[in-house]
Amino acid sequence: MEKIVIPIGPQHPALKEPESFRVILEGEKIVGVSLRLGYNHRGIEKACEERTYIQDLYLIERVCGICSHSHSTCFIQAVEEIAGVEVPKRALYLRTLVGELERIHSHLLWLGVAGHEIGFDTLFMYSWRDREIVMDILADLTGNRVNYGINAYGGVKRDVSKEHLQKILKAMDTLEERTKYYVKVATEEVTLINRLSGVGRLPKADVEALDAVGPVARASGVDRDVRRDDPYAAYGEVEFKVITVDNEDVYGRTLVRVGELMESYSIVRQVINNLPDGPIAVRVPRKIPVGEAFSRYEAPRGEDVHYVKSNGSDKPERVKLRAPTLANIKPMLKMLENYNLADLPIIIAAIDPCFSCTDRTISIKKLDTGGSEIMDWKSLRQYSIEWYRRKGIKF
Amino acid sequence: MSLVYILVFPGFLFLSISGMFVEYVDRKLYAKMQNRVGPPWFQPFADFVKLLAKENLVPGKGKKVMFRILPFFAISAIATSIMYIPVWGTKALFSFNGDIIVVLYLLSIPTLTFFLAGYASQSLFSLIGAVRTLTQFFAYEVPLFLAFLSAALLAGSWSISDISAFYNQHHWYWLFNIIGFGVSMIALLGKLEKVPFDIPEAETEIVGGTFTEYSGKLLAMFRLAIDIEVVVCAALVAAVFLPFGMDLHPALVFVLFIVKVLFIVALLSLLRTVFARLRIDQMVNFCWKYIAPLSFLQLIVNIIVQGIKI
Amino acid sequence: MKKTGRMIGQVLSSVFKKAATIRYPYTRDDAPKNYRVKIKFYPEKCIGCKLCMRDCPSNAIDITDLGEKHYQAEFRLDKCIYCSQCVLSCNKDALEATGDFELAQLDNKKLKIQFNAKSEDKLKEKT
Repeated sequence: MEKIVIPIGPQHPALKEPESFRVILEGEKIVGVSLRLGYNHRGIEKACEERTYIQDLYLIERVCGICSHSHSTCFIQAVEEIAGVEVPKRALYLRTLVGELERIHSHLLWLGVAGHEIGFDTLFMYSWRDREIVMDILADLTGNRVNYGINAYGGVKRDVSKEHLQKILKAMDTLEERTKYYVKVATEEVTLINRLSGVGRLPKADVEALDAVGPVARASGVDRDVRRDDPYAAYGEVEFKVITVDNEDVYGRTLVRVGELMESYSIVRQVINNLPDGPIAVRVPRKIPVGEAFSRYEAPRGEDVHYVKSNGSDKPERVKLRAPTLANIKPMLKMLENYNLADLPIIIAAIDPCFSCTDRTISIKKLDTGGSEIMDWKSLRQYSIEWYRRKGIKF
Repeated sequence: MSLVYILVFPGFLFLSISGMFVEYVDRKLYAKMQNRVGPPWFQPFADFVKLLAKENLVPGKGKKVMFRILPFFAISAIATSIMYIPVWGTKALFSFNGDIIVVLYLLSIPTLTFFLAGYASQSLFSLIGAVRTLTQFFAYEVPLFLAFLSAALLAGSWSISDISAFYNQHHWYWLFNIIGFGVSMIALLGKLEKVPFDIPEAETEIVGGTFTEYSGKLLAMFRLAIDIEVVVCAALVAAVFLPFGMDLHPALVFVLFIVKVLFIVALLSLLRTVFARLRIDQMVNFCWKYIAPLSFLQLIVNIIVQGIKI
Repeated sequence: MKKTGRMIGQVLSSVFKKAATIRYPYTRDDAPKNYRVKIKFYPEKCIGCKLCMRDCPSNAIDITDLGEKHYQAEFRLDKCIYCSQCVLSCNKDALEATGDFELAQLDNKKLKIQFNAKSEDKLKEKT
């Protein structure tokens, strides 16, 4: 049968963010995928070097909308480690609280998006309706629905009142009941099980060879979670289970994420019940001493890694981020082989892609000479103007 | 006089308006079931008018003549078949022995036009959508035809008006057709391309399916064709499987007809809400493993009943 | 145990319940109270240290000296990212985050907001 090449993306209803996949099909079967990244590259790492640490905090937060607190906390942990600052306990607990609330909202968002990709719009509408409860709590707690800005150097910016804590506990009860309903739907609805199971298999050996992170790895039986292996914030003092299943397919990833939702409710309850009193921030000087630090955080999508190098001034020398989706892209290309075109949206959605987090510097090799060169802003702009002029586009 | 019948009632104008009304009911029920508000009553009219005002883009590689005339074939085929379906009593406008077969084949023409529309666009996504339309057609066609033909078998005639009159006289015979009703509802989901069988137009997989390259007036005609198809198929199912109260005054029978059509549309909306979309191989599997044997069972039941009663 | 149409129960009962949609802008009382959006400036407390200007990630605030220890703040609403770092940086509590989020304008010039004191201790907000 003849092979045709279908472009999925950069703009496609299956993708929430632009990414270019060239899918080679034989009939309805996928036999090859080639990937191009870089559509969401904004030059954040370079922009960080020209701004002070205080300004950088807000820039790093805007790398992604859904996992913004993860990036912000990871960055702040690295800088606080270089500065040698001890953050008060109440601040650590509050950071954990916001982090877990962010995990809840991200997993509910994923549940809705997965439902939409397989044509099950009812699940989409119901889970996003429940997500509004978490968004309202976060808006009351931090002042904004996304991009919370709750972190400040040495602690957090805002404190939380007792009435608000009671409201959060009540919301956790409502959400737990509704999540149990979604567990029942996911394990019993026959069309959902037919679409999700047996699709996008990633055996355990491949997970370890290709370094998948997050729920993708945990769904294949690999027991890896930064919150337990390398505790940060208040995770050393709360008890939680790391959910792993052995299904290895998209259905397993659904089960892992829904299980993590239930664990998050329990962590939030523990954090609220054990919230210590005390100050919410300590003073951190504006100039950070010379040093470098490496910090890890378990974002809802996997392990998020930040590296900061400082040179004694109030601007960082080098900031590097590696978002979890970048680690999961290679396993995803492996997962797509030999499945149908109809499975492509749900397999891409199964790694919970956040391409805004992913795109960092890419190097494009020249096709004819095979070398590579570094361009600065002016010459890049000149190059693109010449390219369009050669194509005949006048502007 | 027959010109009035063809163009106004129960012809093109009545079908268009009732098609849009039925689309509103479907979307409003779908939204209410998902705990949302849903569109206002004039939304389908507004969509139609907006599409008429947009630019018509014909793909360069496509077959231009076929691309342009296919929507009108779809509409005319469906609008013709309403002539044989009883709307205000047991007697349709024109009826002859064998018209149920003609109506069923006229209702297959839109599916063929969808396939040809996808082929005429010559674009990657529409070709895949076109192939899926035909594959799905092979899966649901046999059960749908068998369900209708078993009902016709019990009534002893091939004319829809006579079938309606027969079931009206013998009141409890429609109970034997319950399996046929269920099978025809599921096969209708496939014919009208609604979830779980909306595979040819799966938005998240192949963008628009067969209608990817259509825009402007032609897309408006295709969407109108789909709306009218819902009304006509629901009317056919109501006439064959739900023949109640046909002896009253014609105006009341007409109101009852509207109620029956809305009931079938509500049932279709409910089925649309609670299921996810199937893959094409799962759908063909499902239809040939479960639905086709059920329709055969219905056929055998009706043969036995006809043998015993007569 | 596999069932078909597992969601039928909730789906059918949702038809009779009120919709979960909030009909904004016809109802506005559901906005949360602690939103931090538009920044309010108290010129009587300002001492002109300009720490807020230095710390703003997008250079949206501009403090000018009107003489006699009166200071004027000008906010560019289109540049501000509503992070309220200026509120944290100010040591004299001269800035406060309010919850006024309906800031869209058709006219570009209305996006500059000035807080100044024309006469003694009288706050005047002008665009």
